[in-house]
Amino acid sequence: MELSGGQIVVQYLKDEGVEFIFGYPGGAVLHLYDALFHQDDIKHILVRHEQAATHAADSYARVTGKPGVVLVTSGPGATNAVTGIATAYMDSIPMVVISGQVPSAVIGSDAFQEVDMVGITRPCVKHNFLVKDVKDIANILKKAFYVATTGRPGPVVVDIPKDITDPSVKIPYKYPKKVSMRSYNPATKGHSGQIKKALDLLLTAKKPMIYAGGGVILSEASKELIKLVETLGYPITHTLMGLGGYPATDKQFVGMLGMHGTYEANMSMHESDVIIAIGARFDDRVTGKLDRFCPYAKIIHIDIDPASIAKTVKVDIPIVGDIKSVLKEMLALIEEGHNKTNVTALAAWWVQINKWREVNCLEYNRESRLIKPQYVIEQLYEVTKGEAIITSDVGQHQMFASQYYHFNKPRRWINSGGLGTMGFGLPAAIGAKLAYPEMEVACVTGEASIQMCIQELATALQYETPVKIINLNNRYMGMVRQWQEFSYESRYSHSYMEAIPDFVKLAEAYGHVGIQIDKPEEVRPALEEAFALKDRTVFLDILTDRTENVYPMIESGKAHNEMKLRVAIDTPINRELA
Amino acid sequence: MRHIISILIENEAGALSRVAGLFTARGYNIESLTVAMTEDKTLSRMTLVTHGSDRVIEQITKQLNKLIDVVKLIDLEDAVHIERELMMVKIKTSRESRQEMKRTADIFRGKIIDVTPYTYVIEMTGTSAKLDSFLAVIDEKSIIEVVRSGATGISRGEKGLHL
Ligand SMILES: Cc1ncc(C[n+]2csc(CCOP(=O)(O)OP(=O)(O)O)c2C)c(N)n1
Ligand SMILES: [Mg+2]
Repeated sequence: MELSGGQIVVQYLKDEGVEFIFGYPGGAVLHLYDALFHQDDIKHILVRHEQAATHAADSYARVTGKPGVVLVTSGPGATNAVTGIATAYMDSIPMVVISGQVPSAVIGSDAFQEVDMVGITRPCVKHNFLVKDVKDIANILKKAFYVATTGRPGPVVVDIPKDITDPSVKIPYKYPKKVSMRSYNPATKGHSGQIKKALDLLLTAKKPMIYAGGGVILSEASKELIKLVETLGYPITHTLMGLGGYPATDKQFVGMLGMHGTYEANMSMHESDVIIAIGARFDDRVTGKLDRFCPYAKIIHIDIDPASIAKTVKVDIPIVGDIKSVLKEMLALIEEGHNKTNVTALAAWWVQINKWREVNCLEYNRESRLIKPQYVIEQLYEVTKGEAIITSDVGQHQMFASQYYHFNKPRRWINSGGLGTMGFGLPAAIGAKLAYPEMEVACVTGEASIQMCIQELATALQYETPVKIINLNNRYMGMVRQWQEFSYESRYSHSYMEAIPDFVKLAEAYGHVGIQIDKPEEVRPALEEAFALKDRTVFLDILTDRTENVYPMIESGKAHNEMKLRVAIDTPINRELA
Repeated sequence: MRHIISILIENEAGALSRVAGLFTARGYNIESLTVAMTEDKTLSRMTLVTHGSDRVIEQITKQLNKLIDVVKLIDLEDAVHIERELMMVKIKTSRESRQEMKRTADIFRGKIIDVTPYTYVIEMTGTSAKLDSFLAVIDEKSIIEVVRSGATGISRGEKGLHL
């Protein structure tokens, strides 16, 4: 088969099984767009800003586990995509971004819409390529998909100069079946000796903790994790990225840990004597002050990326390998009879943990006459029966969603954890809905975040992706305001929102349904109405209590046992603590 | 501690900037970096001299290994090795100081490779520390220019860094 470079790209993507391309055209990719025009196997989703293309593709990857694919033009198209590439990079999301480049002959001459995409993205991609010969396209794309999806996944950029896709230059094409890269051999199996040692240590624990992160989800290891937690009877906590890996409604789950984690999760971590970190990277939002992090614990760390191990925290037993494979091996050992835990100590440990639970750290004022954001999320959980995919933006609303929507399954909680990118939520909701049209998808957002990619309401209309936007509108950049309240004597420097648009009219202007509410008793009916409108995108603008804060909170420089709790929850243990 | 890290990397455009970029992005220091093609034209050899605690050096080698283009690397500090750096120094000389300068160069096994009525160019190889000490003993004011290659190194014995 003789094909042009542009046709090769399209044919390759078909052969790779790509369903969707999220993109935006421009001069440098016109040949490619022409090649796309002549087929209808791959669906192209025209976004309204390249940042949204990357977020939507990223979210598609998060919900399906398959790589997301993006196509953007050179220069501004490419730079607009960078935020989304960095977002995917920080959360290890497999994605292939194809960017157009000016013709090879003029590269380096400051040509129109030229930008050094390979240079700009170098620090925020797993790898990138500049295609220099039409004959290389298929092999480079093969490598790009291979690198993006194996090992610790991540985004890969393929920069293609315009002449490489020239329709008049045709060459034979064959889908490259195999790929080999002598410089890239990602680990798969863990070291058996280390796994045995880790299990031995784990079994001696008196106060064990299982601390599991996004790696569990990336590795599809939820089943194995559940089995491990159940067999050992140990408590488990998740990072923000791990939520859904283990069912949140199960009694062995002590909630999320870290800056806005539960009292019981953070206290258990602090007091624990053996911690097994599974696909988690001891991020600063998790550890708090490093030198006081888990002072009594021996640490086992399983991760596919050797560089993640001992990066910030000293580890006693490192295991480099794919989580699923390592857990399977560990479970096999347990089945062979290496399963004697310290039952008495464990019972005492649970007594202690349950006492911490009595603090009821997520309780809030339910008598308020203002809408509490926590209440909205609880109702959202009930109305969707906990079965929805929830995307979020960044801020207080994100934390409320993570705390009050109990994720019982993996790939249901879609948020920008590592980079914390405002603007992520709406395009992510569209990407998720395209992947699973039959599932409910809600975007929990704030009035500031939603305005960062609001233009995607048009994309939602064009491709009929009826997502529900739950706008927790506190008329503040709430998270910024909270920090200013705590650390800057309530000097709210530029953290309030003035000139907030009329979101109802705005939704309507984009062809959607807009609903605004401001009373607690309206929350449930409004949510029900929104989800009853099966084939409509609904923008639910919820005016919430402006002064609400996210608790518990570990302020910077503090340790896990120094959480700031919501006051005025009157329980015996709280009185004792006070 | 000072470490010499020897890297085999795909001879691709941009490979050097991936390594250099990693060091700036993560705040590691580079004392010197040398790059050249190897006998296998598809591979480059980089020798990188850096400083850091054991923790930092461990991270540096892990992060370097994580770069897709890096094929293999070793930390030469892990075993006995030989280190060499090439230096050329241009020195002002007068009739009176010439003999003295030549003697000093001889002690350090330096060679005079260019002579003009008022200057010498001295070529010298050795460990970076040896080159430093040569510079320390000659009169600072007489130095016109110092050109150093940065250190390279090779392990001793039968083992070597190759594919
Ligand atoms: C692109 C971007 N810019 C700035 C920030 C810093 N930031 C974090 S949370 C936040 C406020 C978000 O406000 P809103 O979306 O209304 O959410 P709320 O906290 O009020 O729930 C800001 C500005 C960010 N995370 N991302
Ligand atoms: Mg807000």
